[in-house]
Amino acid sequence: MRNRIMFAFVAGTCLLSAPAWAQSLRIALSSEPTAIDPHYHDLTPNNALATHIFDSLTRQDEKQAVLPSLATSWENDGKNRWTFKLRQGVTFSNGKPFTAEDVVFSFCRTLKNETAIAGSFADITGNFTAVETPDSHTVVITTQAPDPLLPNFLSSIAILSASILPHDKLTFDVAKNCGVTGTWPVVGDFNDGKLAIGTGPYKFKSYTKGTSIELERNEKYWGPAEPWASVSFVPVPNAGPRLAGLLAGDYDVIENPAARDVARIKDDKRFGYVITPSTRVIYFQLDVDREPSPFVKADNGKNPLKDPRVRKAMSLAIDRDAIVKRIMDGAAEPAYQFLPTGMFGALSNPPKLDFNPAEAKKLLTEAGYPNGFQVTLSSTNDRYINDSQITQAVAQYLTQVGIRADVDAMARAIYFPRRSKKEFSVAIGGWGSTSGEASSFLKQWAATPDEAKTIGGSNYGGYANPEFDKLIRTAITTLDDAKRSELLQQAGVKVLEGGAFIPLHFESTVWAYKSNLTYLGRADQFTMAMQVKPAK
Amino acid sequence: MTAYILQRLIQSVLVLLAVSIVVFLAVYGIGDPIELLVPPQVSAAERAAMIRRLGLDLPVWQQYLSFLGNALKGDLGRSFVHGVPAAGLILARLPATFELVLLAMSGAALIGVPLGLLAGLNPESRPSRAIMAGTILGFSLPSFWKGMMLVLLFSVALGWLPTAGRGETVSLFGIQTSLLTLDGIRHLILPALNLAIPNMALMVRLVAAGTTEAMTQDYVKYARAKGVRRKRIVGRHVLRNILIPVVTVAGMEFGSLVAFSTITETVFAWPGMGKLLIDSIYHLDRPVVVAYVMLATLLFVAVNFLVDVLYAALDPRVKLTGEMA
Amino acid sequence: MSLSKSVAPVVAANADTPLRTKVLRRIRSRPTTRGAVILLGVFVLLAVLAPLIAPQNPHDLASLSVMDNRLEPGSRGMTGITYWLGTDAQGRDMLSAILYGLRTSLLVGLLSSAGALAIGIAAGLFAAQFGGAVDAAIMRVVDFMLGFPSILIALVLLASIGRGVDKVIIAIILVQWAQYARLMRAAALVERRKEYIEAAVNFGLPTPHIMLAHLLPNSVGSVLVVTTINIAGAITLEATLSFLGVGVPVTQPSLGLLIANGFEFLLSGEYWIAAFPGIALVLLIMSLNLVGDRLRRSFNVRT
Repeated sequence: MRNRIMFAFVAGTCLLSAPAWAQSLRIALSSEPTAIDPHYHDLTPNNALATHIFDSLTRQDEKQAVLPSLATSWENDGKNRWTFKLRQGVTFSNGKPFTAEDVVFSFCRTLKNETAIAGSFADITGNFTAVETPDSHTVVITTQAPDPLLPNFLSSIAILSASILPHDKLTFDVAKNCGVTGTWPVVGDFNDGKLAIGTGPYKFKSYTKGTSIELERNEKYWGPAEPWASVSFVPVPNAGPRLAGLLAGDYDVIENPAARDVARIKDDKRFGYVITPSTRVIYFQLDVDREPSPFVKADNGKNPLKDPRVRKAMSLAIDRDAIVKRIMDGAAEPAYQFLPTGMFGALSNPPKLDFNPAEAKKLLTEAGYPNGFQVTLSSTNDRYINDSQITQAVAQYLTQVGIRADVDAMARAIYFPRRSKKEFSVAIGGWGSTSGEASSFLKQWAATPDEAKTIGGSNYGGYANPEFDKLIRTAITTLDDAKRSELLQQAGVKVLEGGAFIPLHFESTVWAYKSNLTYLGRADQFTMAMQVKPAK
Repeated sequence: MTAYILQRLIQSVLVLLAVSIVVFLAVYGIGDPIELLVPPQVSAAERAAMIRRLGLDLPVWQQYLSFLGNALKGDLGRSFVHGVPAAGLILARLPATFELVLLAMSGAALIGVPLGLLAGLNPESRPSRAIMAGTILGFSLPSFWKGMMLVLLFSVALGWLPTAGRGETVSLFGIQTSLLTLDGIRHLILPALNLAIPNMALMVRLVAAGTTEAMTQDYVKYARAKGVRRKRIVGRHVLRNILIPVVTVAGMEFGSLVAFSTITETVFAWPGMGKLLIDSIYHLDRPVVVAYVMLATLLFVAVNFLVDVLYAALDPRVKLTGEMA
Repeated sequence: MSLSKSVAPVVAANADTPLRTKVLRRIRSRPTTRGAVILLGVFVLLAVLAPLIAPQNPHDLASLSVMDNRLEPGSRGMTGITYWLGTDAQGRDMLSAILYGLRTSLLVGLLSSAGALAIGIAAGLFAAQFGGAVDAAIMRVVDFMLGFPSILIALVLLASIGRGVDKVIIAIILVQWAQYARLMRAAALVERRKEYIEAAVNFGLPTPHIMLAHLLPNSVGSVLVVTTINIAGAITLEATLSFLGVGVPVTQPSLGLLIANGFEFLLSGEYWIAAFPGIALVLLIMSLNLVGDRLRRSFNVRT
């Protein structure tokens, strides 16, 4: 026994001394996670980091299909009761076995999370009316209303170890503190790693805000062992230095190099890259209801955006292929709907949105605007890839058919508060579907606002279509997949016909890496060490 | 003297108070942080709960008063974005900025003072004029442009130095520093150089002007007439006389660099305080911005105060009265 | 030899030569300064004539084509126009963009410096004349402004009154006046202690008269000579604000904004987008600083 430990020790030091470089991975991130606490803020970088240290009941693969993780199978009773069977023989990185108690504990934490940003997971668990544990490896969840997307959403809720807090018998009874006798931890308590105990493929090692996050392989991981003994994430917010760092050998993998810079590594044998379409759609939202609208000026004094012909003309005026090619450098796909073809509820063959300036001019004349009108396009300049460049290009195209377009590009700190006060007439937007379903965009942006159902919260343009509302409201509570997909497609067609949103393209995500590695890009834009493998 | 110090102290407190009010209102005026923090699909009830928790539902004057009350107890509030105390967040970034500025200023002094002496002793010589023209160039390059050019040259074209980030750090008395590792120092060089160039130019000009002036003073003329060697005159008399303004300016520059090396930290992704300030402004993280500007103002007020008092101590002609003549 | 020559400017500046002659003599005396003055003149001329000589109006979106974007210097565009300095990401002719950008940058520099100068001189003069509480109040406001991050000022203005070149000018005035005020106060304090002012006070001349007729003209010189340098500072500040995304509107780029836009393309080899406006900006600032430095040294003013 002692010899074996000695041997392991010697082997370990050898590994560290000689080919240590092959075992450690340095990844440069474009945006840093804001916390280690996986329940703090539902943000892409935070969630991506959490998948290393923590598992969830389910997980999404690189195309956002839902797969088993800590739950091996689940079934639904046709209404609002879900039964999840948990994986046997899983242990946390502190050696404690994983059971249904940890699931109850974690769900409770999201609801007893004093410092969390609103909407971070509590919006999912808040819909649970009961969570029962008939045995140590079964969890039964009852939701208020039927929720077909529950397994999708559960993939984002990290499972903590109940052993981090003193507790009696754990029950899903939030009013009674769920049986926990200690004080629920706040976000800052996770940053030193004592509470960051999960079942994931990596273990937390250290976190220095702004400098790096260090992980090491979890030798107790239940799945196949990861090839990397240690992983460090380094935030490098500027695209230029990030790529330069890869070229200089500082990093093994970088996320989001600027697409135009990919040309630099294209012919370089030392590097590889992957461009993966994401579900994030970029579009313009039109103010279709108000009279007058703040940033539109027409000779007749009316709001021309209310006229569907004008909306159609604006869409026809834009050359999406040119924007993808000249501005996005090919790292985008022209969008003819709001979720890429192939995703759940998306149209399998949406009609192409043509570039036809002559037709656009004709429609404008028909609508009574032969000389066009004046409009200001409002845009961010620090949120989406090339956002202000895209807006300027669209303004060029609109100007060419007679719509005199001006551009107001501003920092997101100014833009988002103003947009939610409906201060714009034509506003850029971007939306990625976290569930991977078409419902995500449609219910949030196009539905008539209904606070009780939390739909239509971003319908700043005042789009209203009762037929569409009926379709989307039915769809989001339909459990039958085939039927739901059909309803979502019909709803999508209605919104496209309405023309209140002009889709431009789907952003693609780029990763670049050393050529002795491979990287499997993900549609959800997560950058994960688990996607990196040594090249064969 | 005591009355003067007391008066200045009261004034300083008033300045701090004014700064806190203006910054508070300024960030408030830019926009609602909730719109940046909370995703739009969140239910109205949850959003309202969050607004209440952050105290953003109160009228702005009430928000300010409660901030002020807590600040007097030493609590500058919690970051909206990170959920941890703002002061701690800022102070955690201090070592990174401090070592950057320290390296930049000592580099600027080590190169700037000798060059300035050289230029000041022979102001009309060719090298001196080249040095002085060089200082103009040093002042004229915008920081962001210069930083990017440094990266392009030393990192991308030559591949000598890393492009960005802080590199490896070690803990010294509980403080993370990169001055003790090779990797850390390699990461420090370019951002420090970017900060150092304009300060080097400043040093050269101060020293050159001081030297030229000192050389015309009577004491130098007497010393020369007495046959004292030139080296000794420069080393003992001239240098000593010009060091006071140089140290003063260097001190003030040090303070302002610690507070606002924002651009350099942004270009080089240096995890210091300036980077934190700009990120916090862009995220409308009001507690951090307010705490930051207050700490920065405290620094400036303290430095200005010290300079005034020092001058009074060094120069008997300066009288410290309420009128501050 | 060095000694006598270095003393010369001080003596000359104090002699009774007319101001204009003195300045001109200073400027003519050095080839670098002469070169800088000529360069500055050329820049001003180009900026004024930009609409007449630029091949394209870069502010007019209708005359741009994104299909012509990022073309190399010397390329021919789809409309037959030759882009001598290449095009940027929107298909703007860089030569035209630089000429117009020069115009914007100079305009911002001149107007904001003029505004800051006016406010700063007034504040400094009042502080020096009245002393006591007035002085303390003004100087504490100066302390306050100098400690205030300029990007925050710019953002607040953008958020509250919208974007525009005029808003950037206001932001820069708010940042810069404090420096002038500090300088003006120092100069006026020195002047105020001189005998002729005391005599005027004892003579019972009204305070406004003393301030405007004596204090102002006799102490404003040291402030005026640093104006050139502060114009350069204002242009740099505008460029920096544009770099941070809170500067001039994207459709009316200044030199700073052109450089900021070009940064994204440095690594992909499209150097001309950042390099040419960068060269123009650095030359402009250099020439301003060289002239300003010469002026300052001629009058032996230290800042």
